Amino acid sequence: MSVQTPVEPAAAGPTRATAAPVQKAPKDRRAGIGRVVAWATLVLIMLVTLFPFYWMLRTALSNGTQLATDPSSPLPVGFTFGAFERVLGLSTTAEAQAQGGSGAAIDFWLYLLNSLLVATLITAGQVFFGAMAAYAFARLRWPGRDAVFFVFLTALMVPPIFTQLPNFLLMRDLGLLNTYAAIVLPFFFMTPFAVFFLRQFFLGIPREVEEAAVLDGAGTVRRFFRVIAPMASGPLITLAILQYIQAWNEYFWPLLVASDRSVRVLTVGLGIFRSQTPQGTPDWAGLMAATLMAALPIVVLFAVFSRRIVDSIGFSGIK
Amino acid sequence: MPVTTTASPPSAASSAPSGPARTERKPSRDTAAALGFIAPALLGFVAFYFWPTLRGLWFSFQEYDFFDRPRFVGLDNYSRMLGDETFWNAMQVTLQYVAINIVVQTVLAVLIAVLLQRVTRSVFVRSVVVLPFLISNVVVALLFYWMLDAQIGIVNAAITGLGLDAIPFFGEQDWVVPTIALVNVWRHMGYTALLVFAGLMTIPEGLYEAGRVDGASEWRMFWSITLPLLRPVLALVLVITVTGSFQVFDTVAVTTSGGPGDASRVIQYYIFDLAFQRLEFGYAAAVSVVLFAILAVVAFVQLRLTRANESDLA
Repeated sequence: MSVQTPVEPAAAGPTRATAAPVQKAPKDRRAGIGRVVAWATLVLIMLVTLFPFYWMLRTALSNGTQLATDPSSPLPVGFTFGAFERVLGLSTTAEAQAQGGSGAAIDFWLYLLNSLLVATLITAGQVFFGAMAAYAFARLRWPGRDAVFFVFLTALMVPPIFTQLPNFLLMRDLGLLNTYAAIVLPFFFMTPFAVFFLRQFFLGIPREVEEAAVLDGAGTVRRFFRVIAPMASGPLITLAILQYIQAWNEYFWPLLVASDRSVRVLTVGLGIFRSQTPQGTPDWAGLMAATLMAALPIVVLFAVFSRRIVDSIGFSGIK
Repeated sequence: MPVTTTASPPSAASSAPSGPARTERKPSRDTAAALGFIAPALLGFVAFYFWPTLRGLWFSFQEYDFFDRPRFVGLDNYSRMLGDETFWNAMQVTLQYVAINIVVQTVLAVLIAVLLQRVTRSVFVRSVVVLPFLISNVVVALLFYWMLDAQIGIVNAAITGLGLDAIPFFGEQDWVVPTIALVNVWRHMGYTALLVFAGLMTIPEGLYEAGRVDGASEWRMFWSITLPLLRPVLALVLVITVTGSFQVFDTVAVTTSGGPGDASRVIQYYIFDLAFQRLEFGYAAAVSVVLFAILAVVAFVQLRLTRANESDLA
């Protein structure tokens, strides 16, 4: 790329100040080229990011049996909504098999409902109880507060696999295996992240706001629900979105405690769908239709809240 | 669930901004209320974090198959690891995965972050790059399992179209770990880039203006301004990404189940395998204690480096 800049006097020379106007033209051109390269790189990265999503859609709209005939066609091969129909259980076994499906029921609706239910419960519990705990850590004075908070924080360091093995036994001993409760409970009352995240925001709310409420005779509970929670509604929503996505995508834990059909969530269901290979080759079109629909709620959520989500990633909210 | 933990520097120092100097206001009433407020979270913490941590340690000294009573075996599980080839293989596979995953991902993330900082700060661009991170591991794994299919995947169609031989990405021992590592780079690089980007935003714009006045090129400014000032943030980001990377499981479980052979049997998959397929719960617990210890050491070393860097900065 340096070919374009013929004369480039050493900028650090003593004549820098006087040479500046002369230097200006080539410098601008170089900066221009640099910008083009930078933009091109950025566009390339965005294409690499987005192409797989397009390919998912293209495959989902293809006829499963014809996929192999033209693997590199940029458009769907034998355009059909058949894959979606068989995933949603709208086509007969014969129709499904004619398009490369296994014919086995996929129960997409059931898994979708399970995922919705589980993710909603986890999010509601985490945000509510997390906010309560965060309030106690940020705004109330009680002996041992900072020590308890520090102990909570250490839980961030423990790898999930380490606690999930014993938690599995706990669920088994409580007789909760293959219930919604088993999937939800470990995340329901608290995650260290939720407490930590909200505490930071509560700390930032001016104390005077609460003191005014105290003068009005408001008790702790009232101050929390009427003053603090409404003022922190932004962070609460952000946390809810983040935790919802997290809960929706969780795979390992539901796989351990809830692999039974009736309580199976989408991620687990997709894993099983993949291993149902009828005639040697998986039903790629059906699989892509299913993954697309499994990802869709998150994509929609993200489209609506993208700024909020994007801004929440980083150190800004945490400091 | 540490995956979405947006970088969270433990800022214990700032935990009590109001400080003890402030007038004590009905401390006894506060204590009672605090107990009520914290009770559910405390229950969750004790039941699902604290107690299982102790229990996991305890089980690592037991032999347990889920049915018979656990039997105390002392350090047998740990000594068994020393001679367990599958364990060492899993360690090696995991390290290889982490190395490829982290190096590629970090370089790309810094590149993207710098581009975002120097070229555009558009929310749209940032949304696009972070999108893969919001999609579940399972979906991403299945998508790439399809795109990288040896016969009719688009990537191999392109490769054979260029006259080269198709690559069995998930089917060959030498390819499978780099493949899984790069799939997860695709999922995580944008998210990591946003973490780095947040760090970049703390670098005063004036430094770049000064650099321009001195005639420094963008390239020069990257090495002399951006990178040195980014080091503490980068170290923190690495703590998050490295610990996450060590716990790779979903992608392996969905695509290769540890195969071909043991070529992609990463440590977390091995733990899962031991506990739930071979019903060797005590041994699985011991291996998970070792994984925990490794992660603790990694985090400790990296945080020490961070602190050293911070004094550098001041």
